[in-house]
Amino acid sequence: MRLVILDDYDLASEWAAKYIRNRIVQFKPSADRFFTLGLPTGSTPYGCYQKLIEYYRHGDISFKYVKTFNMDEYVGLPRAHPESYHSYMWNNFFKHIDIDPANAHILDGNAQNLEEECQAYEQKIAEAGGIELFVGGIGPDGHIAFNEPGSSLVSRTRVKTLAKDTIVANARFFGNDLSKVPTMALTVGVGTVMDAKEVMILITGAHKAFALYKAIEEGVNHMWTVSAFQQHPRTIFVCDEDATLELRVKTVKYFKAANLHIYLYMLSIRLALA
Amino acid sequence: MPSNKSVSDAPITQFINCRILRDNELQREDLWVREGRILDPEKLFFDEQGYADKRVDCGGSIIAPGFIDVQINGGYGIDFSQASEDVSDGVSFVAKKILEHGVTSFCPTLVTSPPEVYHKVLPQVKVHDGGPHGAGVLGFHLEGPFISAEKKGAHPEKYLRTFKSGGLEHLMEVYGSLDDVAIVTLAPELPGSQSVVRELSQRGITVSLGHSAADLSQAEEAVQQGASFITHLFNAMLPFHHRDPGIVGLLTSDRIPAGRVVYYGMIADGIHTNPAALRIAHRAHPSGLVLVTDAITAMGLPPGRHTLGQQVIEIQGLHAYVAGTKTLSGSIATMDMCVRHFKQVSGCSVQEALEAASLHPAQLLGISPKKGKLDYGSDAGQSRLHLYFCLPAVRAAVVPPLCPQRFLGC
Repeated sequence: MRLVILDDYDLASEWAAKYIRNRIVQFKPSADRFFTLGLPTGSTPYGCYQKLIEYYRHGDISFKYVKTFNMDEYVGLPRAHPESYHSYMWNNFFKHIDIDPANAHILDGNAQNLEEECQAYEQKIAEAGGIELFVGGIGPDGHIAFNEPGSSLVSRTRVKTLAKDTIVANARFFGNDLSKVPTMALTVGVGTVMDAKEVMILITGAHKAFALYKAIEEGVNHMWTVSAFQQHPRTIFVCDEDATLELRVKTVKYFKAANLHIYLYMLSIRLALA
Repeated sequence: MPSNKSVSDAPITQFINCRILRDNELQREDLWVREGRILDPEKLFFDEQGYADKRVDCGGSIIAPGFIDVQINGGYGIDFSQASEDVSDGVSFVAKKILEHGVTSFCPTLVTSPPEVYHKVLPQVKVHDGGPHGAGVLGFHLEGPFISAEKKGAHPEKYLRTFKSGGLEHLMEVYGSLDDVAIVTLAPELPGSQSVVRELSQRGITVSLGHSAADLSQAEEAVQQGASFITHLFNAMLPFHHRDPGIVGLLTSDRIPAGRVVYYGMIADGIHTNPAALRIAHRAHPSGLVLVTDAITAMGLPPGRHTLGQQVIEIQGLHAYVAGTKTLSGSIATMDMCVRHFKQVSGCSVQEALEAASLHPAQLLGISPKKGKLDYGSDAGQSRLHLYFCLPAVRAAVVPPLCPQRFLGC
């Protein structure tokens, strides 16, 4: 894996956004060859979305030939509800960019048949040629998407019951009323994300530090589902200093040095080409 | 990129780089319109996978719902109270001109007149929606003849009336028809008014108290029977007195039935009401303030003598008097002037000033789900929206609107 550590939330958001931007631009998407992007929701990626919108407004990137697949959506929450993930994506991303609505895919938590909805979603991803870059976050309980502790590490898109930790963490979006928080969600599986060519996990804040420690310094364990990505060929963890608080000093020093080397190497290439 | 054919072929226009007056605040949002209705862009995106066919850059302007003028007697030489053969032409002419002031719906007002006038004028104009051709008509405002002789103002005394037994039937004799009437102004102290107020309210007609010497309890009684508006507060009524506030006391009365609001018209032209009085009313009851122009025939015309109802009036600068007297006979201010003046003297926000001329009159007339707002599903067609610029230097001042060509869809 690659562990990229930035000083604070804003810098981490910027790094992640630039990475996504560069990947899309270098891919040179076109009408015959879309760039497929997996997307998360929540407070962590918010800054990253803001930056991407900025790059779009500046003309540095277009989403015209990008297909997006969101990770999850609540079950039973009206789509127009301000806390639905449809609303989140619309307000914080889609309405500000030039993506074709037909290419923005989000699971429908109000579908008649939830299982069919999940299978259809897997189908759509397959038809799109798989995900090129899946961006995700991590829960305080180490989950990726809504793959709560105990989820199979080879799971596919399905209905999940939310863990107490998750419901409590989400209560702040529902007026701190636990009874108003949805208890079920549709989510891509760990296996679904593992199928992506590349995975980028955003982790910021001290409250996520323990989960990050469990995810990368302990073994692969279905109780901390993000740990599954230790077995993915191309994963990047982007975090801020606070998120590293539970890591060993050795880990942090190693990756800071590694990143410096990567940076210097890229710089030397650019200078050599100049 | 075209809109999804399965829902509608009609083109979608997206107004960008603007501020919208919505949910009682100015929001930095785009406004999406299709076929005269405001769209929910999120629904459009997810349900229809649709997007805008056309984008209009508003350059940072405010988009506000069109103004609604519930008291306007005419303008540009047209007098709604004149029993002519081509009343509807006159109304249409004024309707078109007032678009320039931001008014997209109005209530043509008739002052106290003899029955012949009502019988001739009322049938000629129906309630109808507006468009680029002119503001929509929400119904007549009949100001009189059931008003107080003592507080007649510029109304001709010989045509004043009192209620005869038979209540509404008598009204029908005088007016001829109530089909396209939105508001009736009357004096509640006139004997027999209670049943009239009740019956008019039940018919869905807004009853307004004005040109009256009623005391507070008479006014409160009328409100309990259904009255919900005060015609040009302070003017043509007893002045506020601390032991009997009169009609003005309705603003803070505790005998208003639960869930009901008493609205009050204010002519904020700087002449009919002293700014301090305007502020007192506004501060006492901000949510009930409805800006009206009470504009007369001479509005839009040069200084001189003109006809209003059965009388002659004289223009001097921004004042309009009953000829030969110092009695104000109505104003010649335009609605956008009133909005600006109100904002200036009350120190209220742009959003409050705009709402006093749009949302509040819509609530008064009970049409606020469809008009007076920029919510999804509201009327947005060319007759209902208007763009206002904000001068950078003057920040929140409301300045003259764009010319009609920039209206939606044009």
